[in-house]
Amino acid sequence: MNDGSRIDRILNTSGAWFLGLLWFLPLVYALWTAIHPGEFSTRLDLFAPLTLENFSNAWNAAPFARYFLNSFLLVTFILAGQFLLCTLAAYAFARFEFPGRNLLFVLVLLQLLVMPDILIVENYMTMRALGLVDTIVAIGLPYIASGFGIFLLRQTFKTVPKELEEAARVEGAGPIAILWKVYVPLAKPTYLAFGLVSVSHHWNNFLWPLIVTNSVETRPVTVGLSIFGSVDQGIDWSLITAATLMTSGPLLIAFLLFQRQFVQSFMRAGIK
Amino acid sequence: MLRRTEWIYAWLLLTPALVLLFAFTHYPALITLWSSFFSTPRGKREAGFVGLENYETLLADEIFWQVLSNNFWYALVTIPVSIALAMVMALWVDGKLSGRSFIRMAYFAPTVLPLIAVANIWLFFYTPGFGLIDQIRGSFGFAETNWLGDPDLVLGSVMVVAIWKEAGFFMIFYLAALQSISPSLREAAAIEGAGRWVFFRRVIFPLLMPTTLFVSINAVINAFRLVDHIFILTGGGPDNASSLLLFYIYETAFKFWDTAYASTLTTVLILLLSALAIGQFFFIDKRVHYR
Repeated sequence: MNDGSRIDRILNTSGAWFLGLLWFLPLVYALWTAIHPGEFSTRLDLFAPLTLENFSNAWNAAPFARYFLNSFLLVTFILAGQFLLCTLAAYAFARFEFPGRNLLFVLVLLQLLVMPDILIVENYMTMRALGLVDTIVAIGLPYIASGFGIFLLRQTFKTVPKELEEAARVEGAGPIAILWKVYVPLAKPTYLAFGLVSVSHHWNNFLWPLIVTNSVETRPVTVGLSIFGSVDQGIDWSLITAATLMTSGPLLIAFLLFQRQFVQSFMRAGIK
Repeated sequence: MLRRTEWIYAWLLLTPALVLLFAFTHYPALITLWSSFFSTPRGKREAGFVGLENYETLLADEIFWQVLSNNFWYALVTIPVSIALAMVMALWVDGKLSGRSFIRMAYFAPTVLPLIAVANIWLFFYTPGFGLIDQIRGSFGFAETNWLGDPDLVLGSVMVVAIWKEAGFFMIFYLAALQSISPSLREAAAIEGAGRWVFFRRVIFPLLMPTTLFVSINAVINAFRLVDHIFILTGGGPDNASSLLLFYIYETAFKFWDTAYASTLTTVLILLLSALAIGQFFFIDKRVHYR
């Protein structure tokens, strides 16, 4: 190896590490604050005593258990609904000939641009008219028919060889049986990718849940956390960072455990 | 299958998804436009047709113009910076590098956190005097700074948070694109004697163009769609210096309960997004080399 490329290599490695550490610093610092007593939150002392008290204090200071349950119910409801509805719609778009197909597909894609996230005013009116304000169903309903999910599954279904479908039909399977036995099993990686993207998106979603919920029984963790931070905790940063890490905890742990799958599924979701 | 049965089957499959899609995307979008021509119903007084009055209010509304310019600057800075960073990150993580998987994790981790949690952490950093940033600056003898309270600094401070959160997300898409580029291209370039920079500029960068188009359309939408951090960091203040369009819509609709004006603002937002997406498509599409 010549000198030029070695210098090049060293520069690139140190650049990558510098940026990596810079990117990681906020999380490390938050963790540091959360596992030390409050009086150390603003001064760095390597020998400060460790404690988990901040986590238990934060947990008891607000109904986080309920918030977690709500978030869990919310993402489950959304994911189940999305899988069902998007699968049916994607199948129709991928393998059926019918008048209006292209127009309808364009209307589906339009949702990638005009998302329910920005239509908060009118969607709130709709929920009020339906009597659904302050329910978990109301938080999830606008996202069930996901344009992104329909698009992703349609692309996958289109790659399934027609011969497989023919073979199933010869054996006397109807369209739904073909969908269930041929298409869905072959699209498993896409379901995993879309599932991870959807769960992380809706676990993290804030604005719409903030608008449409107003009680402990329905609030997801993100809204709970924002209230916890603002309801005058003094400025007890160790408590707030503990609560913050707690709410992002499940996703962060899942991410650390399934790092490869996470990264790959985001890639898969983007490529197609 | 008979043709007619096939049609009916397809429509039946589509119905549940389309009903929800129309109910929560297309219908509200159209009603938003419609109600921007009416007044806000107050008490017993029902909404009345007011023509373009809401749009006249909008043109004369100084806060609207400020929020719009905030949002433009926010997009203009955060999008190119986070895309450039994402590209560099992807090139690094794709190459040979010691500790590659740790670095990839470090870049990507902010992406999985809720924006609201991220904002909490950064709020702590920005605390005047004893936040991390001021402590580091303080050790070099700088005076304490009110990052989120100074109208000149606040928008920049919010942008930093957005860039930190988004760059790792876009990196993933570049990484996917890089991994699909054939290694024989690199060998060919090496035989031709092309340096790394020439190779990047002439080969890699053009091949990444479709990804850049995809990522930048996403980035534009996100720049107008994600306002969660504003709630925690600044509440739009001081004096609307850090308010973004969607945050202003939220305030108008759910704090001041002026729903008609909020609809007018939403209409502007939808038009803006459509124009930007279409414009981008034609602008970048000419430069995209499709494989």
